[in-house]
Order: sequence, then C-alpha cells, then structure tokens
Amino acid sequence: MENFAGQLINLFAALLLLIAFGMLSQRRILSLINLFALQGLVLSVSTLFVAYTSHQHHLYYSAGLTLLLKVIILPWILHRLIRKLNIKWDVETLFNIPTTMLVGIGLVVFAFNLAAPISLMAGTITKSSLGIAMACVLLSFLMMITRSKAIPQVIGFLAMENGLFFAATSATYGMPMVVELGIALDVLIGMFILGIFFFQIRETFDSLDLKHMEKLKED
Amino acid sequence: MEIFWILAIPLIGGLLLALFGCGRYAPELNSTMSFGTFLASAFLTVRVITDGPMTAFNEQFFVDSFNVFLVALTAFVAFTTSLFSRPYMRIEQAHGKLTVNMLRLYHSMYQLFTFTMLVALLTNNLGIMWVAMEAATLTTVLLVSLYRTPASLEAAWKYFILCGVGIAQALFGTILLYFAAEKVLGAGGTALLWTHLDAVKTQLEPTVLSLAFVFLLVGYGTKVGLAPLHNWLPDAHAEGPTPVSAVLSGLLLNVALYAVVRSKVLVDGALGSHLAGNLMMGFGLLSVVMAAFFLSRQKDVKRMFAYSSIEHMGLMTFAFGMGGAVATFAGMLHMTVHSLTKSAIFFAVGHATQKSGTQLMENIRGLITTNPTIGWGLAIGSLAILGMPPFGVFASEFLIITTAMHAYPWTTPFLLIALGVAFAAIFSRVQSMVFGETTDERLPHPPALVPVFAHLGLVLLLGLYIPPYLADWYRQAAALIG
Repeated sequence: MENFAGQLINLFAALLLLIAFGMLSQRRILSLINLFALQGLVLSVSTLFVAYTSHQHHLYYSAGLTLLLKVIILPWILHRLIRKLNIKWDVETLFNIPTTMLVGIGLVVFAFNLAAPISLMAGTITKSSLGIAMACVLLSFLMMITRSKAIPQVIGFLAMENGLFFAATSATYGMPMVVELGIALDVLIGMFILGIFFFQIRETFDSLDLKHMEKLKED
Repeated sequence: MEIFWILAIPLIGGLLLALFGCGRYAPELNSTMSFGTFLASAFLTVRVITDGPMTAFNEQFFVDSFNVFLVALTAFVAFTTSLFSRPYMRIEQAHGKLTVNMLRLYHSMYQLFTFTMLVALLTNNLGIMWVAMEAATLTTVLLVSLYRTPASLEAAWKYFILCGVGIAQALFGTILLYFAAEKVLGAGGTALLWTHLDAVKTQLEPTVLSLAFVFLLVGYGTKVGLAPLHNWLPDAHAEGPTPVSAVLSGLLLNVALYAVVRSKVLVDGALGSHLAGNLMMGFGLLSVVMAAFFLSRQKDVKRMFAYSSIEHMGLMTFAFGMGGAVATFAGMLHMTVHSLTKSAIFFAVGHATQKSGTQLMENIRGLITTNPTIGWGLAIGSLAILGMPPFGVFASEFLIITTAMHAYPWTTPFLLIALGVAFAAIFSRVQSMVFGETTDERLPHPPALVPVFAHLGLVLLLGLYIPPYLADWYRQAAALIG
C-alpha cells in the first residue's frame, strides 16, 4: 500500500510538472486560468494522498484549504476579472515557444540537481518530488519573465506559490498550520488588491499590456 | 500586555479609518492612533529594559533588546510621519491631486502598514514573520499608486512583482529552515519559533542552513534594497506620496534587514563559519558602491535620496556582516540615525516639491528665501546624512569604517570612495536647491516642520552624546547578535 501510494504521489507530481509546462506555452488567458485551477486541484488531491498515507492529520486541512482557495476562490476571482475587464478571449503573442520550452527543460535539470542533496536527508514519503516542486517554482518564474501582460504575470506568481506549497509538503509534510493560514490570507488579500490595481492600470493606460509601463528607467 | 496594545491599536485604527475615514478629522485620528502605538511601545521598552527579554501569548511573540529598539523606532517614526502627513496631505488635496476616498485608503493602509511591520518585528515565529513582510508589501502597493499617474502605477507594479518574487525566495528559505529544524525540534508549531531555534542552532544541519540562508538573504534582501535587487526601490520612493517614501525608507527597509540579521544568527550558530557574514558583506559593499555612482546621475530629488537609502542600507548590511561587538553596535546605531535623518529629509523634500510643483532638482531653487525652515531643514538634514560631524551618522559611519580598516582593510578604499562620491553629488545638488533666486509662491497651508527638527535634534544628540542606558541597550543587543 505504502509503495503504491508513493507511486501515486509521484504520478501527481509529474502531472504538476506537466501542467507547469502547459502554462508556460499557453497563450489564451481563459485556458491559462483553467490550467491554474487544474494545478490547484492536482495539488490538493496529492496533498490528500500524502495526508492519508503518512497519517498527518493537519495535511487534510491543508488539502481542504488548497481546494477552497486555489481551485474555487482564486479562479473565480480571475474569471470575474477577465469578464469585467473584457479580455476573456485575449490571445497573447509569445516569443518563440520552443526556445522557452528548452530553457524550461534546462531549469528542471538544474532544479533536480539542487534538490538532490536535500531529498536524501528528508524522511518523508514524498521526498523524491522535492525536485519537481523546485522545478515548478522555477518554471513559474520563467513564465513571469516571458509574459508581457499583467494577468498572465499574476497567474505565474500564483503558480509559483503553488510550487512552494508543494515543496513544503514534499520536504516536511507542510508548514505549521498557523503559517499556512497566514500565507493563504496573504495570497487572498494580494489577489483582491491586484484586482483593484488592474482596473487602475486599465483606466490609465487603456490596456493591460505592460509594454506601456517601461518609462521608469535609469538613463 | 503592552505587546497586545502595540498590535491592537494600529489594527483597530486601520479598520476604523477604513470605515469612517471620510471625515475631516481622519488625519487627526490617524495621528492619535500612531501616538497610542508609540506610547505602548515606550511602555514595552521600559519593561524590557528593567525585566529583560520576554515571550508572550504562548511564546508566539518575543521581545529582546534587539527588536525592542526597532519597535520603539518604528512606532516613533510612524507617529512623527503621521504628524507630517496631516498638512502635507491637506496641501495635496488643495492642489487637487487627491480625493476624499483616496485619503481614506491612504489613512487606513498607513495604520495597517504600521501593524504589519510591528508584527514582523515582534513575532517569534519565522513563518509569521514572512507572512507579515509579505503583508507589508501588499499594504503599500496601493499607497505607491495613490496618485494614479502612469508613472506611479508602473512603480507600484514593479514594486509588487519584484518584491513578490523576492519574498517568494524567502518563503523557500523558511521552508528549508523548517526542514532542518523539524529534525531537531520535531514537527509542529514550535519548530519555527526563533527562541527554540536559537537554543538548538548548533545542531541544525549545516548544508541545509547555508542553502536556506542564501534564499533568505536574496528574498529579504530584495526588500532591504540590496544591489542588484534594488530596482523597485527608487521608483516606489519617487512616485508614491512623500509620507510613504519616508516610512518605506526609514522603517520598512530596517524591518527587512532585521529579518536578515535574525536568520544570520541561526546560520552562524549552525555553520560555525563566516559564510553568512561574508555574503552580507559582499551584497552590502556592492550596494554602497553602486548606489553612490547611480546617485550622482539623478535628476529627481526623491530618486536621489532613494539611492542614498540603498547606500546606507548597504552600509548597515556590511556592518552586520562584519559582525563583532563594535560593528554590530555601529550597525544598530546607523539603523537608528539613518531612519531618523532620512525621514526628516523626506519631510523637507516633500514640502519643497509641493512648493516648486516639481520633483526635478534643476527647477527647485531658493528654498531659503521663500520658506527658510524648509531650506534649513533640507540643508541640515543633508549634511547629517552625508556623515558630517557632529551628527550621529558620523559616529556610526566612523565606527564602521575604522572596524573595516582593522578587520578587512581591502574594503576601506571602496567605502571611502563611495562615500566621497555620494557626498559630492548630494552636497552640490542640495546647495543649489537651498540657495539661489526663485519666484515661487509660499505654500497655501503652513508646512509641518516640527518633525523635521525633532528628528534632526535627536540625530545631533546621538552624535554628541549617547546616553549610557542607550549605549548599554545597544551593547546588550550586539551581544545577542554576535
């Protein structure tokens, strides 16, 4: 059973990595939000499995929190935002997707190497997925760099938080509950503030393209 | 009990001002709340000095002589800044730059920002410290973009994204720290409590901790404004309202540095080597040198002083990195005097830009003829920040440089050249702003300059004479940090 659950958790980890690559190459904002919700769902289910196999009861709460926040609330807010901002069908032109993917693969290799010594020390059932968690963080980072529109950048930011959450689960069976609640609160408040912020940007620049926001530079 | 009030007053203040902040009394309510916080912190300080370190609320909060001095400083500068912001924001309103609703947002967020900084300082839980630091970013994003100008929105976006990404690194560092701690302290809530970690720091796994420190330094270092992660800082300082620039520069950077120093203590204990110190010295020295050279190319007065903040934060990071009783003492003294002087300068600069209607230095002239107090405030403040004796900045910089000469002689030329370049740049610019001919009008409301001279008076006092109890207090804190 233990072995089987371990395999299953690894499968979920692989799915997370796949979704991270999917987000890197997705050009439609609507599909990007759906991918983000899917990532949250996979994360929540995998946390549930970890909780079940390791008998860590507080992880059940974490899984529930993830489900509530990252599968329901945040995607709902994002959907509402794009509807109100009227950018539901926006398609972004991305710079050279194959190159980005290749850089992404390089990052995954790097992440696995960085995580290897720590995985060896970890006593958790999920220790082999720490490398994948780090790779997810780095891929989200890459996504933020390659995007020029505001909403995809924010989704990249939230995906990075997903990766960090996964890292915490794989290395240590999650952070103490009070910290996790605090982080969730921060993410939620951050999303609200960004919502207000998007409208301000739109009002001022007539677009959410960050190309307009490159005036402040050192000469 | 004092801890409860220190945190409750700004939180309640933030909520009250959010609900009822439309009235004419909002600025006064804001100042009253900040004064209440300051009083509570004064009581806490007295208590910690007499009784020594203590924990509260099930060990979730913790005070020792290191953080209590920052709590007192934060509450004091937050209070004087709220005094300054009263007339400043009224003038901005008279100029038609702000609406009543924007002011309500400003006052509410100002209190919540103070709250998050105080939580970050007082909490014993390193995870909660991270949460509070992130919350401090979130509360100030909308303050930086308060004027809704294209430049301010861009600055706020940059601030949010860069600090958000930076602080995500710090979260990873915290996870690694918890990973190492859990092996020694067991899983659960206590493994992230600083007092517990401090007790077992020699048993923590060194490789994990050194990796954790790199992430923590990069993460919190972004918020300190260390080069090369400082890009958000000049923009956020220049485009936000001046009271916000004053608290960002005078307080938030200090709190972020506090987080780095707390992590350094743990890592030093685990590693038994000087790795953390060396990293901090490297980042610090780079920031000092880079900021000095960028500083001399600025045209916007608030940007120039923002770069000066990067320079001074670099100097403090360098001092804490060197370690040892004298350098740490100097680092803490520099934290205090920099935060007082820099906020005083921003107060004077704020009124000067309001009077001239521009932040471009070439268009600000003759402050001393139309508003002598603003002119003198800016002139004296700049002399103080440039490290002229007899001000306190001179004392701390002197201590830092002499220690560096003994311990790391090769760093001395870099430090001296950087300080010299900064001196030449700021001095010549300020001189032409303060003196010269002008046709500008006086301000519609009398400016608030009591805070400026109160801060500068304190800095002068610290330069001439450090009261023995204060010196003792710094020394205790220096012994804690090591």
